[in-house]
Amino acid sequence: MSVLVLVEHTDGTIKKKSFEAVQYAAEIAKQSGTSATALVLGTIADSELENLGTYGVKKVLHVADKRLNDLEARAYATALITAAQKEGSKIIISLHDINGRAVTPRVAVKLKAGLVAGALSYPDLSKGFVIKKAVFSGKAFAFVNITSDVKVITLMANSFQLNPGTGKATIEKLDVTFGDKDFGVKVKEVSKVTGEVSLADAELVVSGGRGMKGPENWGLIEDLAKELGAATACSRPVADAGWRPHHEHVGQTGGTVRPNLYIAVGISGAIQHLAGVNGSKTIVVINKDPEAPFFKAANYGVVGDAFEVLPRLTEAVKKFKQHK
Amino acid sequence: MPDTSTKIMLKDNDTAVNTQGVTYIINPYDEWYGLIRALELKEAGIATDVHLVTVGKADTEPVIRKALALGGDQAVRIDADSNDPYQTANYIAEYAKSVGYDLILCGKESIDYNNGTVGVMIAELLDADYIGFATKIDIDGGTATVKREIEGGEETDTVSLPVVIACQKGVAEARIPNMRGIMAARTKPLNVIAPAATTAVTAITSYEMPPAKAGVKMISPDDMDQLVELLHTEAKVI
Repeated sequence: MSVLVLVEHTDGTIKKKSFEAVQYAAEIAKQSGTSATALVLGTIADSELENLGTYGVKKVLHVADKRLNDLEARAYATALITAAQKEGSKIIISLHDINGRAVTPRVAVKLKAGLVAGALSYPDLSKGFVIKKAVFSGKAFAFVNITSDVKVITLMANSFQLNPGTGKATIEKLDVTFGDKDFGVKVKEVSKVTGEVSLADAELVVSGGRGMKGPENWGLIEDLAKELGAATACSRPVADAGWRPHHEHVGQTGGTVRPNLYIAVGISGAIQHLAGVNGSKTIVVINKDPEAPFFKAANYGVVGDAFEVLPRLTEAVKKFKQHK
Repeated sequence: MPDTSTKIMLKDNDTAVNTQGVTYIINPYDEWYGLIRALELKEAGIATDVHLVTVGKADTEPVIRKALALGGDQAVRIDADSNDPYQTANYIAEYAKSVGYDLILCGKESIDYNNGTVGVMIAELLDADYIGFATKIDIDGGTATVKREIEGGEETDTVSLPVVIACQKGVAEARIPNMRGIMAARTKPLNVIAPAATTAVTAITSYEMPPAKAGVKMISPDDMDQLVELLHTEAKVI
């Protein structure tokens, strides 16, 4: 019995959120008196793989097939099943991100395993195998018990602090026999966003609402985001009006974000918007209306004109960075 | 699922959600994007029939009629209550096998349990391909061309039918049902079928409300240095 964790990488570099998944798997293994194994797919250097040892896995299985450099969900699932059989894994973990969500539900079906999507806690083994997750887009939490023998979990990123130790993982090459349907989706065209911080992975987010008055004023949001190294987001009316691209829309019918810091500028705080952001650790609300409902959900509030407050805040961040 | 403006309340010692006074809607991702794109494909002469399928008890029928008012030839209600994605997927996949659909559209996730797993599980059960987070869908003969969000960008894929595609913003524009649609929906077939035999592999044991915020600390709009200082020393986020 072991815990198996799927580790993603981007062109050979493992991201912080994947370290979090590895650490999460290692901790569950410890609690259940077993060990954790990481599975890495595609082209990546051994030095990067060994480094996973600092997050608690002893062994890394590597499938060095370059067809796996892009998300091939069915092939990934086949590799996970092969690895799970080899390791005798009863607990299988991935991130709750685009890749994990395309792969692990297939694994769960193949193994007739219960799945908790978007885990926020370690399993409570005293009550069975009970994991906390957000429901109703963050308006409440549910505790879900997995009752099957094999368990599958997708972990919500930014749920646990990283705590690297020391140690190197041993690397084992894994051969996988893929099925003839495993590469059925053909990629025609890829465009990666470069240079800006991806919203889903961002630790800091600056978000604008209707109070910004128009797309021509977004430079103020972008200046602050750039100074902070933050991603930019917006409320639904802003995306609907076409002021900002749809992928920036956060809220119950857009994306959900859980950054360390969410700065909301000119957003009143409708219940649908709050649902998409209330997992943020710290919320700053800047609004000229002191009655804006968002202040009730905020940690810090500023009542003032965004067009005056934003440049001042950007300047203050700049000063802070210089004196740090 | 509960309307997006619903304030969630718990009952029975936090083991259930209070449904009293809650207005139910079609999952917005299913309706605005999946259903409307299916209707567009029919209007363009690409799809011949559009079926609406849901898993739910009789109390879901008013919502199904609302969906039929937007369009679609018939609806199927699989008569079961399920909170377990694997079980839900099995119900739908078993029914889908009996019809043999070329294209199954769903939303990227539901706004109640936010799993986003049923679509991909259906694909696995049907031995079909799946594309998630789609923003544009075109069908030409037996091939779907799909633009989708990927980690850190977007890509365009081609895939052979049958395929399951989970939709999000971009796939179609939301519509409002017109009077003719609402009238027509009353007489469209709504078939109720018994669920296939499957066992749930997860169970929700209880719920919890998010902790109340400790209270907002107000900062003078003239003193952004103080805000930055607090974010650094108190909140420790920068």
